[in-house]
Amino acid sequence: MTALLLRDLKLSVRAGGGALIGVLFFMTVVAVIPFGVGPDLNLLSRIGPAIVWIGALLSALLGLDRLFQTEREDGSLDLLLMQEHPLVLTVLVKCLAHWLGNGLPLVIASPLLGLFMNMDEVAIGATMLTLLVGTPALTFIGAVGAAVAVALPRGGLLVSILVLPLAIPVLIFGVSASYAAVEDPAPFMPPFLILVAITMFFAVLGPLGAALALRNAGD
Amino acid sequence: MIKILMKVSSMRLLAENLSARRGEDLIFTDISFTLGAGESLVLAGRNGSGKSTLLRVVAGLLHPETGRVAWTSESSESGMRAAEACHYLGHRNAMKAELTVAENLAFWKSLFGDVDGGKGISPAEAAETVGLGGILHLPFGYLSAGQQRRMAFAKLLVAYRPVWILDEPTAALDVNAEGAFTGLINAHLAAGGIVLAATHQPLGLENAKELKMTGFAGVAEGRW
Repeated sequence: MTALLLRDLKLSVRAGGGALIGVLFFMTVVAVIPFGVGPDLNLLSRIGPAIVWIGALLSALLGLDRLFQTEREDGSLDLLLMQEHPLVLTVLVKCLAHWLGNGLPLVIASPLLGLFMNMDEVAIGATMLTLLVGTPALTFIGAVGAAVAVALPRGGLLVSILVLPLAIPVLIFGVSASYAAVEDPAPFMPPFLILVAITMFFAVLGPLGAALALRNAGD
Repeated sequence: MIKILMKVSSMRLLAENLSARRGEDLIFTDISFTLGAGESLVLAGRNGSGKSTLLRVVAGLLHPETGRVAWTSESSESGMRAAEACHYLGHRNAMKAELTVAENLAFWKSLFGDVDGGKGISPAEAAETVGLGGILHLPFGYLSAGQQRRMAFAKLLVAYRPVWILDEPTAALDVNAEGAFTGLINAHLAAGGIVLAATHQPLGLENAKELKMTGFAGVAEGRW
């Protein structure tokens, strides 16, 4: 299983791996916002956490469809399905590798993009923390969509649309926790803990659903 | 050799009344066979007659419509799926073009692990065995189609599985390599392995059973 984790990490940084693509897309989305809404610094800092979160959500969805599709195209998926390791565990490891390769770079890039949005240190820190906790949930949810659409030739957009409704709660609680850190009356902990709960919930349910879909995708 | 055969002689791959469906059509019905240590079965038949489907059913990748595939051996726990005792070499090579050959082989070796009863050889030795010892450092995508196929075959050697399921194993190979592969398959059989292969070219296996697939069993027998 460690071998699978290392291989997927290697693949994500080699040519065509998509780790850099996600970060570049994230930067593109967030960097054009100030040009669009104009140089109103107060407005930018007010919408900053939401924009950074939306950018991270979209970039996280970007590479998800390839999670199982590349494995299926070269036949590796057949061999992964045949092994004695429980398929749920295989899927979980693939999700972890995908998050380390694609999700973690987004978290690391977010403080820089926070500066673009004129956010203060507390807001940047809170956004980074909520992204760190929330983006794994996006990967786990996306894994189900990727597994369902594994046999479709152009499943990319379909996967995004399939998983978007499930990803909305992550966005809502991520953004509200980030705002709660900077705005006084709202408490930070409740939305943050709900975000943690969502991630843990989907860490169990996502691999289960994805494994079920892959088992029955036989062709 | 006799000793090896004695040791593993309780191995059995059993298929009972297998039928499989593709969409609406039954591709084949009621196929049964038993393979013991050192035995091989070659599937023959024209394109679309269900050879690959049968192999995928045995490998556990497709659910059979009826029947079951069972694996028994001395060391296997009762709950072991047949698929776990099998190597499957399909049309696609299951190797990553971005990784080097050595990385690919090392990954599969570590993921497969060995089933009781044998040991896999190292990636370098496996590449040497298929005649491509010097190119382990190259990305898999740089190799020619024939070289890729040979390396996919080397994957069978890095981890031990008693049963080899081979789907058109000699596609894209030159005559020399074909001969070398037949030698490897025969060596696997001589060591008490089991081979199940679908092929158009004769593989030249010693005393192989042959199963003729006719295809579209459902249509012929009026079963839907």
